[in-house]
Parts: sequence; structure tokens; C-alpha cells
Amino acid sequence: MTDLNRIRNFSIVAHIDHGKSTLADRLIQLTGTVAERDMQEQMLDSMDIERERGITIKANTVRIEYPAKDGHTYVLNLIDTPGHVDFAYEVSRSMQAVEGSLLVVDASQGVEAQTLANVYQAIDANHEIVPVLNKIDLPAAEPDRVKEQIEDVIGIDASDAVPISAKTGLGIPEVLEAIVTRLPAPKGERDAPLKAMLVDSYYDPYLGVVVLIRVIDGVVKKGDRIRMMKTGGTYQIDRLGVFKPAMQDIAELGPGEIGFFTAQIKQVRDTRVGDTVTHEKKQCATALPGFKPSIPVVFCGLFPVDANDFEDLRDAMEKLALNDASFTFEMETSAALGFGFRCGFLGLLHLEVIRDRLEREYDIDLITTAPSVIYHVHMRDGSMVELHNPADMPDLTHVDHIEEPRIKATILVPDEYLGDVLKLCQDRRGEQLDLTYAGSRAMVVYDLPLNEVVFDFYDRLKSVTKGYASFDYQMIGYREDYLVKMQILVNDEPVDALSIMVHRDRAEMRGRAMCEKLKDLIPRHMFKIPIQAAIGGRVIARETIAALRKDVTAKCYGGDATRKRKLLDKQKAGKKKMRQFGKVEIPQSAFINALKMDG
Amino acid sequence: MAEPWEAGGFGLYIHWPFCQAKCPYCDFNSHVASEIDQARWKAAYLSEIERVSAELPGRRLTSIYFGGGTPSLMAPNTVAAMLDAIRGKWALANDLEVTLEANPTSVEAERFRAFRDAGVNRVSMGLQALNDTDLKRLGRLHSAAEGRNAYEIARDVFPRVSFDLIYARQYQDLEDWRAELAEALTLAADHLSLYQLTIEEGTAFGDRYAIGRLGGLVEDDTAAAMYDLTQEMCEAAGLPAYEVSNHAGDMAQSRHNLIYWRGGDYAGIGPGAHGRITLNGQRQATETDLSPLGWLRRVETQGSGETLRETVSGREQAEEYAMMALRLSEGMDRARFVAMNGADFDPDVLNRLESLGMIEVTEQKITTTLDGRRVLNAVLRDLLAEAR
Repeated sequence: MTDLNRIRNFSIVAHIDHGKSTLADRLIQLTGTVAERDMQEQMLDSMDIERERGITIKANTVRIEYPAKDGHTYVLNLIDTPGHVDFAYEVSRSMQAVEGSLLVVDASQGVEAQTLANVYQAIDANHEIVPVLNKIDLPAAEPDRVKEQIEDVIGIDASDAVPISAKTGLGIPEVLEAIVTRLPAPKGERDAPLKAMLVDSYYDPYLGVVVLIRVIDGVVKKGDRIRMMKTGGTYQIDRLGVFKPAMQDIAELGPGEIGFFTAQIKQVRDTRVGDTVTHEKKQCATALPGFKPSIPVVFCGLFPVDANDFEDLRDAMEKLALNDASFTFEMETSAALGFGFRCGFLGLLHLEVIRDRLEREYDIDLITTAPSVIYHVHMRDGSMVELHNPADMPDLTHVDHIEEPRIKATILVPDEYLGDVLKLCQDRRGEQLDLTYAGSRAMVVYDLPLNEVVFDFYDRLKSVTKGYASFDYQMIGYREDYLVKMQILVNDEPVDALSIMVHRDRAEMRGRAMCEKLKDLIPRHMFKIPIQAAIGGRVIARETIAALRKDVTAKCYGGDATRKRKLLDKQKAGKKKMRQFGKVEIPQSAFINALKMDG
Repeated sequence: MAEPWEAGGFGLYIHWPFCQAKCPYCDFNSHVASEIDQARWKAAYLSEIERVSAELPGRRLTSIYFGGGTPSLMAPNTVAAMLDAIRGKWALANDLEVTLEANPTSVEAERFRAFRDAGVNRVSMGLQALNDTDLKRLGRLHSAAEGRNAYEIARDVFPRVSFDLIYARQYQDLEDWRAELAEALTLAADHLSLYQLTIEEGTAFGDRYAIGRLGGLVEDDTAAAMYDLTQEMCEAAGLPAYEVSNHAGDMAQSRHNLIYWRGGDYAGIGPGAHGRITLNGQRQATETDLSPLGWLRRVETQGSGETLRETVSGREQAEEYAMMALRLSEGMDRARFVAMNGADFDPDVLNRLESLGMIEVTEQKITTTLDGRRVLNAVLRDLLAEAR
């Protein structure tokens, strides 16, 4: 067990690409925590998707032993948190388990919207914050300007910011010293009853559920019988250890320490992040306040391309859900797409990550339908229905009004793109709440409907600002608006998977755009195909796909037989990527691409 | 009992791979060589005729086809030696058709009589266009006048003459084609092959197309109108379409090409030649070495130019048969398809295609309509789709 005064617990706050993972790698490397030959990039990101996308999805911890200049060896516990807005709530929870943060800012880019959101969470958690300026070796680095920006925008003292280059290793020793000298030691009572915070948990196929904890008071040992105060579950600890970042067993964990245990827990759902872990017999007096579970806000349908994969898809989703309590799914049937699942996610990135994992790790080809949010449909009889899927919209004669979720979006953008950003927000039914300047960058705050954001807002924002804008949001509640269900009819039959909820004033525009898109996305058939957008029975937009007029091989003789037969086989394989809908074949990609807006 | 291929007949295809120049639209196996040792090539072809005939004894030969490349550049005595050898190997149909593809230049026209004396009784001439601008654009070496002249000579020399035109060419409109086809129909050929320009990968046109440098291409809807006009005008002139791109009067159809479209047997010799031959009840696909020199050396050292021989499965035979036979206005034999495939077409698909006016269905036959032939690839994709 480690003396409280020799422990420092911290997290790293940074925008994507500002070098958080690289800095973590350097800290691990310089302290010899991992042998040189075992080092790999982004040590803490264990999933392929995390490494590929350069993002962290689950919280990870690493215990680093650091011999400081004062002659003592310190235990530094780093909790690496997700950087993306979808996982903001997980970040806030992890923050509660440590006493300080390193605020990493790219000295050539400056503060970004996500940095802001996360650093405010650190401030809310009463963290001591050490600013770190990364990438100062780049010619474009402007450390003084960025320091000024940190002070202006965030409002913390940046005069002692540590200049580093995580890539070259410059300044890393200074960061380690700053952690020891500037961050506070944890507090706690060794002799008090055990009180530990459940920081996170994940499913390991060999070990069962692995639980990350931060001990606040008392001591936990291998073999102890423990109780989760919220869920009431009792378990015997099989294995106790720390991450370095590989698992290493340890005899006990005392106050201020961070580690893990396993205890024959079957699934992640049996553990609740923020729960208080105590001894079964000798319990602590008061539990920690705990956290709300994070709830899905974005929904979409996932359907197997090959109907035979349905059961495999269910198995795969169950496995993923074991490890991700915020991912939900329930069976759904669609006239167009057959059997599939309606799935809930924390946000669009979460959706993409889950879909990628299903396709890649479980090798299932999927059709993704348009993402939707949860609408509150208030009925005339006073009841309220939560609508997750436009296809389930109740009969309008019974509907009194509909409310939609809204968000507060914070966007940081260089001056020259401000006009485009304002236009984009305005087009998406945004209401401006604030507009301020920090140097040559503007910070705009908008109240926006979530349904205008879930689909391609972030892509559009990146495109109109050439990637220079950053974006973050939080949910602010529900508001009534004039919302309608718009159906798309292909060859006079409604395609349920293409139905969307839309504001009445935007319906014509969206309907036209979708019909035009579908006209390009659906190949010509042997007959002409009308495509219509309709609200109720009223058609508001129409396009026609002309009949295929010519598709024949001009020359086909004996020497062509093999080649043309193989070509035909290839074309037939291409047909498998289509969904038969009535007499019309719709390419899978059309279900999602039809919604993308160019403007 | 008759074997299935016998409904289509048996032909011999001989590939001559050399041309004076490579045309920018052509994706056939053709090469430009400065010097060709005719004696050495002749010996190799004779050796291949010997090999193939030994394997397929006792058959009656329906047709012989010299394709290329430009076989009219062969020495007439090479052609004569091959035909003599063939006559000694197989029984010949009374009306044996011997076709030679020819370029319409004056050089070649001079050899026409020698080819006829060797036994060639039909030529297929690559006129391709009837005006100089378009001929140049298509990379042809002959002028329109030279082409007309060569055609007239061929008309005098050979009992049967066909010629090719390429339409839906760059910068061509419907009226241009109407005028050109009308002129072509006055030339009194008994057979016309009228091909829409197709941009193939691996050709000069294909390369230019890929980088967006091939201008004036005809839109699909215009090309479709040109196709319909072609059917109309040829029919009126007594040369109805008997296949997607081929038109002929009575008894003037290419018997050799009908073997391909009717699912008959054909042996292929010469560089890159394909064959389909039925041996012991199994249909085999054969291919020879694509490279002219590679083929020559292979024949000389190994006694065979063949590089591939594989059994064509029943399903593949059925697909090839449908793909080929539905090109013909006479249609396909359903019982033959079922025998190869082991199962009939999906009746729902047949009904749907019939109600769309793409095909006509009887107990015995499936026939494509004009509309169906124009979009045959789409019809085939539906007809041959695997059950879902």
C-alpha cells in the first residue's frame, strides 16, 4: 500500500488530435512502466477502432511509478477519458475519481470546443489544473497567444503552462515534476470502513466483468466479501490489481489508490458507474452520491443485409451490450428491410463505433436507417408517447402536439468562416444564444433541435469551415414545434425505412432534396419509377426515374462467353447489395445517403 | 442419342493475331508486328489442326471462321494449306461456310481471288464508317472511297459478303446515322453487323474515357433511339435483325456465329482463341496462350497451344446458353436450358418480364422482344438471379 502523500491521481483533458494519447505514451515510456520492446502507439487505447480513429471510448487507467527530484518515488494514476462529446457524461464521472487534470492544448491550434466542455467538467470536479502546451516544436506554434487564449476563454492562469512536444519527448520530465509538485495528494482514512467509487467496468471474455475502482477510505484485499451499495449485489473478490497498463496483481488497495478487481460478475449491467463499493459486513456509513446512468439520445435501425444473419446480429449485439450499458437494442420489423433492430446510442460517434464493430469484429453487413431522436408525442387524451421511430408515429387524429429535444451547441470557429457557420445553424432552425470573440476566433452558442444535428450537421460544419471549427453540445430539454412525419413513396408504395420526422416549414425542401437524391441513388429499371415525398396523403415533392433504355453488350461471340458470364455473375452479386422493394431494387446505401443534405 | 451441342453445330475458329495498326476501340487480341515468319506460323497452325482433329474425330464441320487481328493479312497460301488440312480431317457440311475477316484496303483486295481459290466463300469486312472524318477518328487506315472500292471487289469475288459498321460514334446524331445507314443499305450486302460503339477498358478509347478526354459520346437515350431506328430500317430493307447487332436476309445469317449463339461446339486455335467442346458428355472450356510468340513457342515445344481446359458446370452452361440464345430473334429452347440447369426459370420472374414486354414465353421457347433485347443485360440479371 502506498502512503497517501506519495500518490497523485489525474486525468488529461484535450481535444482530439491535440496529443493526449501521445503524451500518455511518453509518460508511460519515460518512467519505464512498459519495457521499451512492448511499447506501441496509443498504449491505452485497446480497441482497434480506438487506435484507428485516434479516439478513446472507454476509460482506461494506468499506474506509473515515478522517482521525483525530491528523492521519493511517487505513484501516479492516470485515468484516460473519452474525448468525444458523445461520451461527455463518462468523462464527468471519471473526473470525480481524481484530484487534478493536465489540460493539453495544441500550441498551433489553440483551445477547441471539446477542450472547453471537458475542462469545465474538471473545474466542476474541483480539480487542480496544469496547462500543457503541446507541439511547441511545430513552426506554426504560438505558445504566447495560446496561453493568452487559455486565460481569456477558460479563465485559468496559464503563466506556468508546461511547454512540451509529446512527439519528441521534449518537456516530459517537467510534466512529471509538475504532477508531483502542483497536483494535490488524495485524502482518505486507512482505518475507516471501505468506501470505494466504481469508476467504470468492462467485460473481458476470460475474466468476466473487470471493475475499476478508486478507494476513498479503508483497505480492500483479495478474497474480501464486498457489497455494491446501490445495486445491493455482494461478491467475493477473486483478483485485485492495478494496470501498468497490463494487469498486475496486488495484495491490497488503500486510500487514494486506483485499481481493479474481478468477482465472478457476469455482465456490465450488474455494475453501476458511480456506485459505492464497501465490505459486506463492515459497511461505510454513507454512500457516494452516485451518477445518473447515461441514456441513449440517438436511434436508428440496423438491419442485416442478409436476412440469414439476423440471429448472428442478435448475438453480436448482446455481446457488445455486455460491455456497453448505454447501447440499447430491441427487435424491429420493416416492410422494406425485414427483421432488424432499433438501436439507441449516446450520439453519432457512438453509433458509428458500434456499427463498425458489428461489421468488422462480427463480420455482418448492415443497412443503417436514418438516425432519429426521441420525440414526445402528446396525445389528445393527455398521455405522452415516446417516439423512437418515425414509422411508429400514431394516428394524427389522436395527436395533440409533438415536442422535440433541443441542445445547446457551442462552436469555436475562425473569423473568416463565421458567416457560414451562422448560416448553417440558421438553416437548421437554430436560435443564437451568444456570440463572443477570443482573438481571431469566434465562440457561438446556439439553441438547436437535436434532430437537425444528429444526421450530418458535424460533417457540414467541418466542410464549410474546412475543418477549422470545433463543436460540442449538451441536451437542454424538450420544446413543442410544428413537426410532421414525411413519407417517401417509391413506385407508389411507402418505404417505411425512409420516413423521417421534419419541421413543417422545412418539409418541402427536405422532400425535394430526398427525391432528387433517390433519383440518383436508385438505378434505372426496365420501367419508369415515380418517387414522391408525402405528408399524410399529400404529395409535396416528386421525381421520376426514367426507364432503362439501353443496356446490352454490342458484341458477344464465342471468345466472349467466359468473360461475359463472369461479368454477369459480378452484376448479379451487385444485385445482392440491393433491397427488393415491391418491383424496385433499392441499393442499401440509399437508405442513409438519401438524407444527406448538400446545403 | 444426339448430344445437346449438336443442335448448335460444330465450328472451327482460327485466330490470326496481327494487325497493321491497333484501333483505339478494339479490345480483341491483336498485335502489330513488323515482320512475321509466315512459314513458321503456318506450321504451327497445321500442328494445332492435327491436335484438335485427333481429339474430336468423326464430326461434321459446319463452319470455319478466320478472325483476328486481321486475317486478310495472312499469306493466301497459309490459308489454303490450313483449309486443305481441315478437309482431310473432318467430314464437311455440304454448305460449309468459310468466313474470313478482311480490312477494306487495296492491298488486301488484291488477294481476294487467292483467298477464294483457297476455299474462302464469305468475307466479313470492317468498313466501320462511310466517311473519312469518322474513319480517322476510329483509327482506321482506309479511306471511305478505298473501303467502297474494296467492298465492290469482294462483292464480285465472293458469293457472300458482310460488312461491319460502328454507330453511336463520337459526335454522331440520329440524323447522321439515318443517312449513313440508308447509304449502307444501298450497297446490297446480304449481311450487316451494326455495333454500337462500346468503350472497353484497356483500349486507347478506354484510357481517354477514364481521364475524361473522350468527347462527343452519345447519351444512352439517343443510342437507344439509334438502335430502334436501325431495327426499323434494316427490316424494311429485307435485312431483319436475327441477333442483337446482326442483320441478314433469308439463309444469309452467319452460320458460324449461330453456333456460338445456339450453344454449339467450337474448337479454337491460334493465340488467345477460346473453345467449347463436348468430350465424353462433359462440356469443356479451352483457351490458348494469349501472346503470339508465347503461343508459337508453346505449339513448337509442347505440341499444344492450350493453356486452359476446364469443365463448364451445368449451371454455367445454362447461363452461357441463356446469355447467348436470348440475343437471337429465334429465342432459346426452354427444355435445353432446364436440362443444363436442372431447374426451370422462376415463373414469377418470367411473368414479370413478360408483363413488362421484355420477353415472350411459350412452353417450348423464351424469346426476347425488341425492347427486351435493347436492355438484355438487365433481363439476364433478372432471369438468372439466384433465388433469394
